[in-house]
Amino acid sequence: MRHGYPRAGAAVQMPRRRSGRPAAGLTLAPVAYNPRPVFPSDPPWGTERMLKSGEAAGVVEAGGGSDAPLLEVVGVAKSFGPIQAVADVSLAVSPGEVIGLVGDNGAGKSTLVNIIAGAIRPSSGRILLAGREVRFASALEARMAGIETVYQDLALALDLAVWANIFLGRELLRPGFFGRLGFLDKRTMQRRAAEELAETAIRIGSVRTACRALSGGQRQAVAVSRGLIWGSRLLLLDEPTAALGVAQQAKVGELIASVRARGVAVVLVSHNMPQVHAICDRIVVLFRGRKVADRAARTMTIEDTVALITGAGSA
Amino acid sequence: MSPPLDREAPLAGGANVEAAAPPSHPLAALLARASTLWTLLILLALIALFGIASPDFFSRASWLATSQFAVEYLLLGLGETFVIITGGIDLSVGAILGFSGMVGALAMSALIARHTGTPVVLAAGIAASLASGSFVGWINGQAITRLRLTPFVVTLGMLSMCTGGIYLLNNGENIDTIPDLVGTLGSYSIGGWIPLTVLVTALACAGSALLLDQTRFGLRTYAIGSNPVGAARAGIDVERHLVKIYTLAGFFSAVAGLMVMARFASASVQAGANDELDAITAVVIGGASLFGGRGTILGTVIGGFVITVMVTGLILIGVQPFWQQVAVGAILIFAVAVDQLRSRLIDLA
Repeated sequence: MRHGYPRAGAAVQMPRRRSGRPAAGLTLAPVAYNPRPVFPSDPPWGTERMLKSGEAAGVVEAGGGSDAPLLEVVGVAKSFGPIQAVADVSLAVSPGEVIGLVGDNGAGKSTLVNIIAGAIRPSSGRILLAGREVRFASALEARMAGIETVYQDLALALDLAVWANIFLGRELLRPGFFGRLGFLDKRTMQRRAAEELAETAIRIGSVRTACRALSGGQRQAVAVSRGLIWGSRLLLLDEPTAALGVAQQAKVGELIASVRARGVAVVLVSHNMPQVHAICDRIVVLFRGRKVADRAARTMTIEDTVALITGAGSA
Repeated sequence: MSPPLDREAPLAGGANVEAAAPPSHPLAALLARASTLWTLLILLALIALFGIASPDFFSRASWLATSQFAVEYLLLGLGETFVIITGGIDLSVGAILGFSGMVGALAMSALIARHTGTPVVLAAGIAASLASGSFVGWINGQAITRLRLTPFVVTLGMLSMCTGGIYLLNNGENIDTIPDLVGTLGSYSIGGWIPLTVLVTALACAGSALLLDQTRFGLRTYAIGSNPVGAARAGIDVERHLVKIYTLAGFFSAVAGLMVMARFASASVQAGANDELDAITAVVIGGASLFGGRGTILGTVIGGFVITVMVTGLILIGVQPFWQQVAVGAILIFAVAVDQLRSRLIDLA
């Protein structure tokens, strides 16, 4: 007997839909640069009528080349009233790159991640995805464009099976008449989920297992697979190991490595300095909303990083 | 008719399962895996017990009485199952049963007075019942999602409003000026064994089971009950889904109202009174969790029969049937205690 159901527009800015039409001014589409056709046999995105083929979500300006970074953040700032949460931060992320985003509490990490994830709109600055400027109206739009955010609480429905969690919100329906009645194509979803999970470093016995029965690392893998199965190219991980034990933290490290091996870029927000140094290619340090360091991880020691985080060091 | 996960599958014993899977408490595993099975065993034990105590229990008359009695609770239980799986509760299903029945009977009565043909009267009555029941359910859903009130409060208020409405609609009098055909259909049994009302209920159960287990609607119902925030993040319009769920519960209540009306060939002001408690009991005995996320139609059907078999059985063995209410109450408390224990153990694991 729960109360205070989340408005769909609260957690993610969901377009209010009636009769399956997209909300005015919103076009959600598969990512144009996605090199991996997700379901070649199925009509692309055929399960969601709101998804029409066409331009990628939120793209406001064409252009860019194939050698542009996957994600470019240019001079982004965000203030909440008098508080400057993020000030003039620029950042570039290449495919297959793992970036550690670190900083003290209140340094602006969450705000920056939420801006990239589409959950917060920046006060100024630009975001380019594969060289094209994007402006996301909602987290859902960013997700549709290939930016998957995995929050600390993972947002899994623990009573549901692994496959159901991976496809939740984007369920595949049976072809033909039964599909139009809303009947699920469970077999395909289970097969696809198993294939997707097989590409991660973490083994899960059966995709028919309830997520409640999974370990922390396995749950993380399910949450990550949720995005990757739709061809996401950028994964934002917010404190993925904060609630995990040592063994499961190591599992998440393997998971991130397997994601990177597939050419997906990862932005990892973490307070776990040894892990950040072990996993990440590059470390970006925020201090009071400003980027104070952006260096290859191997050129820094943990002590350097900690000094930068606390404002005692200089880049 | 299993929920969209394989409860029967060994959760931690599969060949490739990671060794670090949390150790599940043996009792939790037992309770979680077999809630429907337990209820089925209780039902079978009851049937065996009554069968031994009174040979008449296996008679046709006994089956007809039990099954027709079960119709009301099963139909209400169907809608209640969907609601409880979302983590909500609907206390107004019994009142909606009575209210929608009254509306349908009033419509029929008014049309008969104007000498309309029976088929039209019947169709109009059914339509008025279903529409009014669904509408009240829709109001429930709107109040819960827009006013951000708990389902308990909204449906408790609706229970009171509809109960008042039943008496206001016809000055507290029953309505029996409905076509004779209604009563004829209500007492007709296919082959003498399958009453039409039971057939309608069986179809409704089968349809609900498919909806819950095989469709996107059903999957999202479980998801919302399991983690409403996560469901919203996954792009599900939680509020809209909940409105549909409560509308569905209202619709099933109206179907139950029609069945009751057919059985008694009249609309009674007493119809449906206190039924919500039996409906909720049937759902909870059937293994659904009041915390949301768990429950099956099969479980509800078994739970509904546990309740009704007890009434017929107790009458047949010469025990005052009021003991049934005592027993049902005790079973309800036991079932909820098991549910809470299960949740605690699972969370510990």
